[in-house]
Amino acid sequence: MSVNLRASAPYDAIVIGGGVMGCSTALHLAQGGMRVALVDRGPLCREASGVNAGTLTLHMTRAALVPYAMRAWQMWMESEKWLGMGVLATHVPGLTLAFTEAECELVELRAKARREYGAPIEVISAARAREIEPGVHPGLLKAGYCDIDGFASAYLTGRAFRHALAAAGVDVIENTPVEGIDSGDAGHVVRFGGAAGREALQARRVVLAGGVWIENMLAWLGVQIPIKVLINQLIITERVRPLMRTVLSVANGLLSLKQFANGTVLIGGGWQGDGDRERGGVEARPQNLVGNMRLAAYAVPALAEARIARIWLGLEAETADAMPIIGDVPGVPQAYVVGSAHSGYTSGPFMGRIMAQHILGQQPELPLFDPARLLGMPMPGN
Amino acid sequence: MVDVRPAPIDLLVIGAGPAGARAALRAQSCGLEVLLVDENGDAGGQVWRPLPPGFKRAAGVPHSAEALQGDALRAELGRSGIQCLFGHKVWNVGSSLRTDLIGPEGVASWQPRALLVATGTTERVVPFAGWTLPGVIGLAAATILLKSQNMLPGRRTVVAGSGPLLLAVANGILKAGGEVTAVLDLASRGDWLQTLPSLASRPDLLWQGAQWQARLRRAGVPMLYRHGIASVEAGGKGFRVHAQQVDKTGMPVPGAASPIFEADAVAVGHGLVPGTDVTRLLRARHRYEASRGGWIADADPQGRTSVAGLYVAGDGAGIAGAAAAGIHGELAAVACAHDLGRLSAEAHTRERDRLLAQWHKPARFGRAMAGLMALREGTVASIASDTVVCRCEDVTRAEIDAAAREGARDMNQLKAWTRCGMGPCQGRTCGDVAAAVLAVHVGSREAVGCFTGRAPLRPVSLAEVAGNYTYADIPIPKAAPL
Repeated sequence: MSVNLRASAPYDAIVIGGGVMGCSTALHLAQGGMRVALVDRGPLCREASGVNAGTLTLHMTRAALVPYAMRAWQMWMESEKWLGMGVLATHVPGLTLAFTEAECELVELRAKARREYGAPIEVISAARAREIEPGVHPGLLKAGYCDIDGFASAYLTGRAFRHALAAAGVDVIENTPVEGIDSGDAGHVVRFGGAAGREALQARRVVLAGGVWIENMLAWLGVQIPIKVLINQLIITERVRPLMRTVLSVANGLLSLKQFANGTVLIGGGWQGDGDRERGGVEARPQNLVGNMRLAAYAVPALAEARIARIWLGLEAETADAMPIIGDVPGVPQAYVVGSAHSGYTSGPFMGRIMAQHILGQQPELPLFDPARLLGMPMPGN
Repeated sequence: MVDVRPAPIDLLVIGAGPAGARAALRAQSCGLEVLLVDENGDAGGQVWRPLPPGFKRAAGVPHSAEALQGDALRAELGRSGIQCLFGHKVWNVGSSLRTDLIGPEGVASWQPRALLVATGTTERVVPFAGWTLPGVIGLAAATILLKSQNMLPGRRTVVAGSGPLLLAVANGILKAGGEVTAVLDLASRGDWLQTLPSLASRPDLLWQGAQWQARLRRAGVPMLYRHGIASVEAGGKGFRVHAQQVDKTGMPVPGAASPIFEADAVAVGHGLVPGTDVTRLLRARHRYEASRGGWIADADPQGRTSVAGLYVAGDGAGIAGAAAAGIHGELAAVACAHDLGRLSAEAHTRERDRLLAQWHKPARFGRAMAGLMALREGTVASIASDTVVCRCEDVTRAEIDAAAREGARDMNQLKAWTRCGMGPCQGRTCGDVAAAVLAVHVGSREAVGCFTGRAPLRPVSLAEVAGNYTYADIPIPKAAPL
């Protein structure tokens, strides 16, 4: 009986999209006393949040997002405390490598920009870098160094959040695609497709947290904000002997490299494959696999011996100004959107927390990223 | 590999076993430009496995019928002039059907107009305590040792599991001078008798089966029907193999005697699983058919899949045995020739009907054998909690059960939560059994699905793909935003 009563009463908030940001928002709303449902068309964290490279770095975070990433980094490192289950978050230093004079300038520039926002990044000599990471290519000229770096095993994210959401009393509704939202003075009605076999749900507030699909979700509410879709390729090796002990990137940001405790080495960096919003990741581009593997095996020559176990694709969202979209949906009361942070996995749990603080009527620890600025902003072509 | 080879190829065939080789020959005779690729050193596949490069059959030694059939096929391929790339692995296939190979001379890509996947099967082993010990090998592995290397798995071998490979391996061991300690068959004599009507369509194979049985009897090999392996313990110079009586589902019978056999090798297999790596990578539609081995690409009788230009043939398209596989390959070849405009509708219909008529009898036999090899739910139910299911990543049955209880509902979620299937074999070894374990919780094999297909289809090293290069050769895209 109590179940029926609960089901008929509107939720305080329904979060649509069960990635890191949606999960964190739902969790913090529930911990703030709200009755929350989290809906996803698939299982939790099986898109970008579960298939990304798991890099927890400041080197590749946009400079202005460094304060957010530093707070989120702490959350990841303590995830067992607040999620009740870890994601194998591991603290190791990070190096950004420069092999040419132009890259040395870029490393200096990028380190300076991030230092201004509080990242403890210094530029060190090749000799010092090789003391920290002996496996690095002898042609190294300089490196950016940051103690605050590390990685998680992204594939564990869904399991950990599922555990925490259940403990916090969030109703997790997986494998249930939302068809649309009807919004009015009384709140929102979230409708599901006929195949879902599920009655519409009512909520006082809705939060759109659908990663690259935020564009489609905003359209349900009549709001048009373009979101660009990046199709990132990822490559993982079989277990190999210890070859490296830091997180490595290169000056222009197009490599991420780490070896997990189990011996596998993950190669990422945002080299593009084929796919789109509708079909997801379709296939890797061979020339980009070659490029990414060459860069990885150049950075750490011993990697050449490693065999590739698996290649996959993950979708990353980007706004017109490449900054996050976190705040009120323009023109729609009690509707919110959270997503599109660069290095979104690194910053994700904190972004969900400030989104929840705003919805709960608290002052967010750091400012949000007003979605209204993106109305009518053209997407730069590239 | 970035440069696609200019040579115009109509049909690229992956796998030079009976299905792939016959398909290549047939397609060529229809006027198609064919490229035949296999990771082994020569054609023949598992059933007509070639000798290793540089090996020759000794003169004056009687050869098996299979060896002679394989030699005949290899000779026919040689005469045909079909372009063959043996010793080449296919490690990736794009949605345009671009096929990326790796061979002794490095990487190369080919762009065919059509692709035929004839990659056969992978052996299934339902785990038991001790199945990962060195010296415990698959029936298929034992077959490779016997056929290709003329080697025994051990001096005294226990042969266990299900299907016709049991008899084939046990006989191969005796013939090669080894000792078979016991044959443990999950099937009953009655199960075998039920296949007789289909066997009657193949008197040659019926005769071979009877000969095999007779030889085992003469050698005094204990044949234990409705028995499986409970556990294998390493001790002294070999193993103690604990057998157990089972019911028709493979579930141990409580209180039954459990004979122990001493051996120094165990060859065990519980049937074959169609190889769907390529069709899953290309996101073709698949369906689950336990009696044909498990998940197979959804295809018409000529192997046309849901992806335009993509065909499947042979046991990889659903188990029907080697004799049927060759004809199935030809069926796919004429379909392809027709679809590419090289065979008139009339000629195609005539050839198709003739081949289908030929295919029926051997397929009936092969499917009866596949039925004997189908996964039995009791064998899955009786996997002990602490037994490793995914041997690459050491994932136990208990860990799969725990993930299911926590809410993992499909194979990809199971993989993410437990690492099951993330190792070098990419789930080829454990995937079928792990799915059967998860399906007990979720309800059906269809509901849990299978692991998403991913490249590489075979492990390749960074060095192989990257080739020789300098830093300046790396096509670095523009920098990420500051």
